[in-house]
This record gives sequence, structure tokens and C-alpha cells, in this order.
Amino acid sequence: MTALLQVEGLVTEYSGREGRLRAVDGVDFSLARGEVLGLVGESGSGKSVTGLSIMGLVDAPGRVAGGSVKFDGRELVGLAEEDLRRLRGKRIAMIFQDPMMTLNPVLSIETQMLETVLAHDAVPRAEARRRAIEALGLVGIASPEERLRQYPHQFSGGMRQRVVIAIALLHRPDVIIADEPTTALDVTVQGQILYEMQRLVRETGAALLWITHDLAVVAGLADRVAVMYAGRIVEQGSAAEVLDAPLHPYTRGLLDSVPAANAAGGRLRQIPGMTPSLAHLPPGCAFRERCGHADGACSSVPEITLRAARQVRCHHPL
Amino acid sequence: MPVYVLRRLAQTLLVLFVTSALVFGGLYLVGDPVEILVNPQADQEERARTAAALGLDRPALEQYGIFLKGAFTGDLGKSFVFGRPALQVILERMPATLELAFLAMLMSLGLGIPLGLYAGLRPHGFAARTIMAGSILGFSLPTFWVGLLLIMVFAVQLGWLPSTGRGPTTELLGLQISILTWEGLRYALLPALNLALFKLSLIIRLTRAQVREQSLLDYMRFARAKGLPRRRVIGVHLLKNILIPLITVIGLELGSVIAFAVVTETIFAWPGMGKLVIDSIFQLDRPVVVAYLLVTVFMFILINLLVDLLYSLLDPRVRISEAKG
Repeated sequence: MTALLQVEGLVTEYSGREGRLRAVDGVDFSLARGEVLGLVGESGSGKSVTGLSIMGLVDAPGRVAGGSVKFDGRELVGLAEEDLRRLRGKRIAMIFQDPMMTLNPVLSIETQMLETVLAHDAVPRAEARRRAIEALGLVGIASPEERLRQYPHQFSGGMRQRVVIAIALLHRPDVIIADEPTTALDVTVQGQILYEMQRLVRETGAALLWITHDLAVVAGLADRVAVMYAGRIVEQGSAAEVLDAPLHPYTRGLLDSVPAANAAGGRLRQIPGMTPSLAHLPPGCAFRERCGHADGACSSVPEITLRAARQVRCHHPL
Repeated sequence: MPVYVLRRLAQTLLVLFVTSALVFGGLYLVGDPVEILVNPQADQEERARTAAALGLDRPALEQYGIFLKGAFTGDLGKSFVFGRPALQVILERMPATLELAFLAMLMSLGLGIPLGLYAGLRPHGFAARTIMAGSILGFSLPTFWVGLLLIMVFAVQLGWLPSTGRGPTTELLGLQISILTWEGLRYALLPALNLALFKLSLIIRLTRAQVREQSLLDYMRFARAKGLPRRRVIGVHLLKNILIPLITVIGLELGSVIAFAVVTETIFAWPGMGKLVIDSIFQLDRPVVVAYLLVTVFMFILINLLVDLLYSLLDPRVRISEAKG
């Protein structure tokens, strides 16, 4: 299986008052055609910035400081803005967390969909409209022709996210980067959107990078899982293996924090301490201050070690 | 929508009534116009004759009653000084003030929005910092001083533009307009620039603040993620969102440009309403002052109504809530 998207040693830095902070610090992963990769981590772990870095959408004061992102054999880091623009929305699409904020409130759905078609393909408006209606139908929006004329505030949260997904699918992209697209939705709606996404990637053959903090979502959706902590991937492997038998203490901690894994009425288990601020990362393994297995060896940054098809970045894997 | 407009116009009548009562009462207390209008050497009989001719010998309430009665038929009284209907005197001067205000607004929008956009999109560049520093000057320098400076530089030293008065006018739809010819426009440039400076600074700062705020929102990022060209992301997605707060301020400012062009009109001897009303206040020409204020209040209300209607064009969310209410 050749990798469609190959990320190697990706480093994204933000310069600010506290000096240069590495939000993403040497991230490696690859995504094959039609594959679903779950990128899991807490807030501030750098998972969203990873997604933006791939798209070339990191805003100042941030910048991609190193590493490589290869898409279909083509290097994206350092690519000219116009060339990147042609890929964005056409071959790599992105979906954001809050559908209330993602759509422009003062433009009609029609405007927002048609401009996406016309930005990449020189087709007549009627043809663009036809494609927009088809995409809305695809994501399960009833009477798409009528809905097309409406504005975002006339849609519910779940419906808006469907519109966003429809926009992402307009050009049948090879890769969809979904940045917590179900987090802002009701649980019942979450289920529907997840189901739809699963169906759509299977139908269109798109590869999916699903960024989330929700392990339950990943368990049902992803083929493989990468767990991020403080800008680094600490564990990576097939979803079944990583979730059933985690190698990294942090992954273990995350799994234990899921309420369903605890006995009813019992005290919820949690990872002690808090996600460290990037400005005050402990030297060595970033997780060692919250880790029950930490010892002297952990004051150096652990290398990635391979165990069959799995990777783990820990001196004392479980 | 028509019901909404009618309701707003009914409110206007009430505001006009209250304004007229306040101004009428205030001017009555300030002094007796007869003292100013007649020759100081005139005898008592002469004074009484003048007062009777102007209707000033009657009790204040009766005078106001007569004014109201006239006002309902569109007659706001005769100017004590000019001896002609006050409204006519004001309307004659109005095109001069309106064209000045229009030109000033055009300048501040035409320069302010692009400069504000630039400063907002490249906030840390040298040019952006210069623009922002300049806007602080525009805010804080007094209008009259800037006016004098403009005259000194462009009229006296460089000799490019005339410093006082209004140029030749041409008739357009029955109005005397001067800015349609280059010769007339030359006269209007300096006063308009003077009047525009404060608004320009305001619009630059407001636009920049809006750009900075809106650029961080997800819809901007999504617009880029869709692969839209930068021109469209900024020119459509961003601009349409920042126009909404801008319109509010522009509406308010347009009213104040028209109403308070007094200082600029005085410095540049521009024959507009502002200069007229200052003269009229000095001469206690009550009908003109009252009529001027009524016209101004009416204009303010009209502009605000237009702004509200414009809102509903720009913002689909307003459109809906209005249909319900």
C-alpha cells in the first residue's frame, strides 16, 4: 500500500512573548488511499495544528518550521501559495469543529457552495448548481434545491455540519481532514454524522484524517490510531491493538478516563496533573510528571521504538 | 416592511415636535430679537411696530401656537432677518452643505476602508503602523487647526487650490451643485478633506479592528480551506461581514457631518447651512434656527432609517427577525 499522504518530522512553531513554542514537534505518520486514521489527543496536544500544517493554513505568528508533507508524491511544505490553493478544497478538504462558526453567516448556502466549485473548475453556473444539489443530497439533506437558497442561521447544528461536509465532498477529494467535526454536536446528531462520514468515505474512496479527543469515536471509525501528547506522537498502531492493549502509559490513562470503562458509581479515574503548557515542558519525556512509571531514564526524550506494526515513544512501554 | 417604515415615520413626528418646543423655548429665553433688528436709535413706537410686525408682541405660548399651526401646513415662519420663509432660506443653502458632506464621506470611505483593510491584514508591517499613527493624529488634531494648516499649505504656499468660497455651480434636478465641474470641485476639495479627516481616522481604526477580529474566525479559515482565491476570501467573505458594523457608524457620522460642518464652513467661508445657522443664532433669527434644527433632526432620523433598511439587505439574520416582528 503506497502512502497518499506522508508526513515526516513535521515541526510547527509559534513565536510569541515566551519565545518559540513547538506546537508540533517532529510528527510522522502516513495515510493510505481510503484509510481512516484517528489522531487522538487532549486540547493543546497539537493535533489541530497538525491538520492546519498539512493544509498550509497555519497563520502568523505560527509557521511550519521543518519536516515534510508529501501528498501523492508532491512536497507541500514550501509549495507556492497558488499551488496550495489549487489543492485545497479540490484534492484535500478540511472540516472544522464548530459548524456554527464555519459557514459565513451573511452568504447563502448557494453562494458558499458554488464559489467552491468555481474556484477549481471552470464550469457554467448551472453545472456548479447541479453539483451543489447533488452534494447536498449525498449528505442526506432533504429538498436540497430549496435549502440551497437559505442562509446558515436557518439550519440546525447537525444540518450545518452536513452542509460543511457536502462542501468538502464537492470535488471528491482524495483526503479529508476532519478536525473534531462532531464535538460541537448533540450526541444523537454525532452518531448520525459519524455514520454518514463512514458511509461517504467508503463510497468516495477518500482517505480520512479524523482529529479528535474522543476515543469512543475513534474506536468505531478508524483503521489506525495515532496518539498525540505535547506536540509528539507517542503511540501509533492499528485501532484494535492500540485501544485494546495500549503500550504508552498516556494512552492507558486516556482509555481509563472514559466513563464507560469505569464501574458505575465508582470514582472516575483520571490522569493526574494537567496538560503541560508548551512554554513549560519538562525536559525529556513530556509525560513523565504525570506518569506512574517514570524514573531517571525519562529525563531524556524517548525514541520511537517499533513493535511489529506498532510504534511507541516510551522508555517503559506497558 | 411598509408598516415598519410607517411606524418609524410616526415616531419622527413626535421627535420633531419635542425638538421644536425645546428650541423655541430656549431661544425665547435667550433674548429679544427686536433689540438686534431695529436701529439702536429707534424710539419706542418704532420698536413696538417691528415687534408687532414679527408677531413678537404676543405671549410666548401664543407665538408657539401660531408656529405649530403654520408648521402643520409646512410653513415654519418667516426669517426676521431675510424677510423670507425660513425653510426656503435653509433649503437654498442645503445643497452646498450636502455636497460637501457627500464629498467628505466619499473621501473617508474611499481611503478609510482600503487603508483599514491593509492595516488589519498586515498589522505588524511598517506601513500599517504608519497608517495607525496617522489615524491617531486625524482623531486628535482640532478641525479648525487642520483647516488653517490645509489653507496654508495648499492654498497659500503651493497655490494649488482656492482657499475660500464655493465654485461655479451647475443645475442638477433643480439643485445648484458645484462639484460636478473640475473648477467647482477645486473649491470643494480642501473643505471636504478637512471635514473628512476625523471620519477617515474613525473608519480606518474601525475597519482594522474588525479585520483583526473577523480574520480569526473559523469561517475565514474554512473559506481558505475551500481553496478560494485570496481576493475572494477578503473581498467577499471578510468585507461583507465587516460592512455591517461599519454601516452603523457611517450612518451616524453622515448625520453629524451634515449637521456640524459649522467649523469647516466657517473657516473656508463655504456658504452652507452651518454658516447660516451660526449667523442666525447671533442675530436671534428664531424661525431660521428652529427650521434648521427641525431639518437636521429630520435628516438624522431619515439616515438612521436608511441604515436600518440597509442592514436587512446586508445581514440575512436581520431580515428574518424583522419579518417576525
